Amino acid sequence: MSSGIPLQYFLILATIMFFAGVYGFLTRRNLITILMSVELILNSVNINFLAFNRYLYPHKLEGMFFSIFVIAVAASEAAVAIAIIINIYRRFTTINVEDVNELKY
Amino acid sequence: MINFNYTIWILLLPFLMFLFLGLAGHKYLPKLSGILGTCGLAIITVLSYITAYKYFFTSEKVDGAYQKIIAFNFTWLQFTDKLHIDIGGLLDPISVMMLVVITTVSFMVHIYSLGYMKGEKGFERFFSFLSLFSFSMLGLVLATNIFQMYIFWELVGVSSFLLIGFYYQKPSAVRASKKAFIVTRFADLGFLIGILILSFNTRTFDFISLTNPAGTAIAQGTGIGFLGLSIMTWSMIFVFMGGVGKSAMFPFHIWLPDAMEGPTPVSALIHAATMVVAGVYLVARMFPIYAIAAPVALNVVAYVGAFSSLFAAVIACTQTDIKRVLAYSTMSQIGYMMLALGVAGYGGHEGLGYIASMFHLFTHAMFKALLFLGAGAIIHAVHSNYMTDMGGLRRYLPITHITFLIACLTIAGIPPLSGFFSKDEILAAAFHSNKLLFAVEYAVAGLTAFYMFRLYFSIFWGKETNYHHEPHEAPATMTIPLIILAIGSVVAGFIPFNKLVTSDGKILESEIEMMIAIPSVLIGLLGIGIAYIMYKKESAIPDKLASIFKYGYKWAYNKFYIDELYLFVTKKIIFRYISEPVAWFDRHVIDATMNGIASVTQNVSFRIRGFQSGQLQKYAFVFITGAIMLAILFIYLWK
Repeated sequence: MSSGIPLQYFLILATIMFFAGVYGFLTRRNLITILMSVELILNSVNINFLAFNRYLYPHKLEGMFFSIFVIAVAASEAAVAIAIIINIYRRFTTINVEDVNELKY
Repeated sequence: MINFNYTIWILLLPFLMFLFLGLAGHKYLPKLSGILGTCGLAIITVLSYITAYKYFFTSEKVDGAYQKIIAFNFTWLQFTDKLHIDIGGLLDPISVMMLVVITTVSFMVHIYSLGYMKGEKGFERFFSFLSLFSFSMLGLVLATNIFQMYIFWELVGVSSFLLIGFYYQKPSAVRASKKAFIVTRFADLGFLIGILILSFNTRTFDFISLTNPAGTAIAQGTGIGFLGLSIMTWSMIFVFMGGVGKSAMFPFHIWLPDAMEGPTPVSALIHAATMVVAGVYLVARMFPIYAIAAPVALNVVAYVGAFSSLFAAVIACTQTDIKRVLAYSTMSQIGYMMLALGVAGYGGHEGLGYIASMFHLFTHAMFKALLFLGAGAIIHAVHSNYMTDMGGLRRYLPITHITFLIACLTIAGIPPLSGFFSKDEILAAAFHSNKLLFAVEYAVAGLTAFYMFRLYFSIFWGKETNYHHEPHEAPATMTIPLIILAIGSVVAGFIPFNKLVTSDGKILESEIEMMIAIPSVLIGLLGIGIAYIMYKKESAIPDKLASIFKYGYKWAYNKFYIDELYLFVTKKIIFRYISEPVAWFDRHVIDATMNGIASVTQNVSFRIRGFQSGQLQKYAFVFITGAIMLAILFIYLWK
């Protein structure tokens, strides 16, 4: 059942995706891109769940279910986030996160 | 047992009238409010008369003495089972007598004000304040316990403050109202301390149990001493301090002459007939305690009264503002009442001074209100307060002239006018207990006659003054109260006070003692005679006398510099050596500490507020860095 790809490869992929997501989240100024970065982070976690489930506990299904659950949450989160972004655009006529800084001292 | 429940309306009606006129009067019926207020007063006057009739003539006497009746009573504040403050109505001879005095004078003043205040700005405000005053004064005399009395005592002070400062755009009126309020308030501090000591000792506020001569309350605290006097004596001296303030006795008299800045009807009602006798009423109300448990305090009352009456009479001889002359005369007459209480004892023939005091209170209310209202009519006609601007007014103001003359004769103690009877009783009471005080009061009787007729002759006779416009007699609304009060002043002397109002409620047989009556009438006539010579026609004698007694005259004219003394003590000593250092400490130590804490906080927060930048990604960066640091910490260092 275990194919030729070792577990470490999955983990390395997930780590790269996670930090790519974090980097994008911290550096990009466009709200849409930030949202995409969040999706990257979520999906890297999904990969981890699936890989661990497959390699360590092949007879159980919790990892699968968890990743499906995460996908569902990510979908609704994307819907809410985009609604917020649209409202921000209407209010500020920009989606640059640096210009949206009214909540401060 | 007669039902006196309806007397609660005597209290409620003026209060409702005050609320109604004060809140709605200005908007809906500025013209009608005067008539409305007067009608309200008319109703409670009738109620008071009915109460007096029923109380004095139909109520049951026990053992030949009038009983104290609780007309209505309810608990207002309940602290514990034993400690509660009630509001109620107590009927006994003096409170019923005061009901009659207050409602009569107040009613007359209301009618008079309809004419006097006509067209003034704040007409309805004036009447609502008058109603408030009537309410508080009636509450004061009806009080069943000393705390209720204190509450209404302060309410009376407030309404007096409001009415003195009625012309609130006039700086002198504002100053006078503040002065009256602060001086009496300071005295009331003593009253409050007295109440607290007294009630702590006796465990009761209630007048009936406090003043029951056979009760337990009165015997409390006589044993414990402080500075040579018993606790009871101290508490009664403190209570009397409140009376000194309200009744304008020396040394708290300084507010009364200035209080004449108020409208004249107010002076007649509050500062002559009713409020200023509250102090006398207070002592009379607590009289059994004074007489039985605290005779030293009673002596204080007598000497303060005697000194004030002499002091004020001397000042009154030199003043030229007619209202101020009357104010000092009021102070002098109240001194008489205090003295009469001070020389009295409880029960039997000793109680003569008590009767005399209440009698004089009654007659004084009539003739002093009459004098003030007459003075108001004169001021109304001449538009000046100063005697120097007047003269020969008898031709222009015939009704005022006659009534004023009656009042002057009454206060001078000429028989058969009422002042003669009451003053004679006071002199008799003083004669039987203290010859020194008798001598003082005898001299004051002469001085009183002199200064009143000085006033009378300089206003109605004296030099012929050219008036800018011809003075005219006041309208009927003003002259009718004058006539009614004049009749009152004449006949009030025939009321048998010794049967109605006595210290123990029993009848005291007394008759006029010719030994005292004849000399007192003679000295009154002497005073009038001197005034006649000096002021009937324009003459040089007054000026000559003034220059002979140059310093004495100057001192008396400047009211013995008491005001200046107070100013010196407050401004130069208290303000400079106590208030200013305290203010410095407050500003430079307490305030500075607080300001220091505030400014440190402000500086620090100014520096660190940059963290709260509103930049979402900075927050995220900090958060993620922190999460990573924690992860490293847990993985590698937390073994």
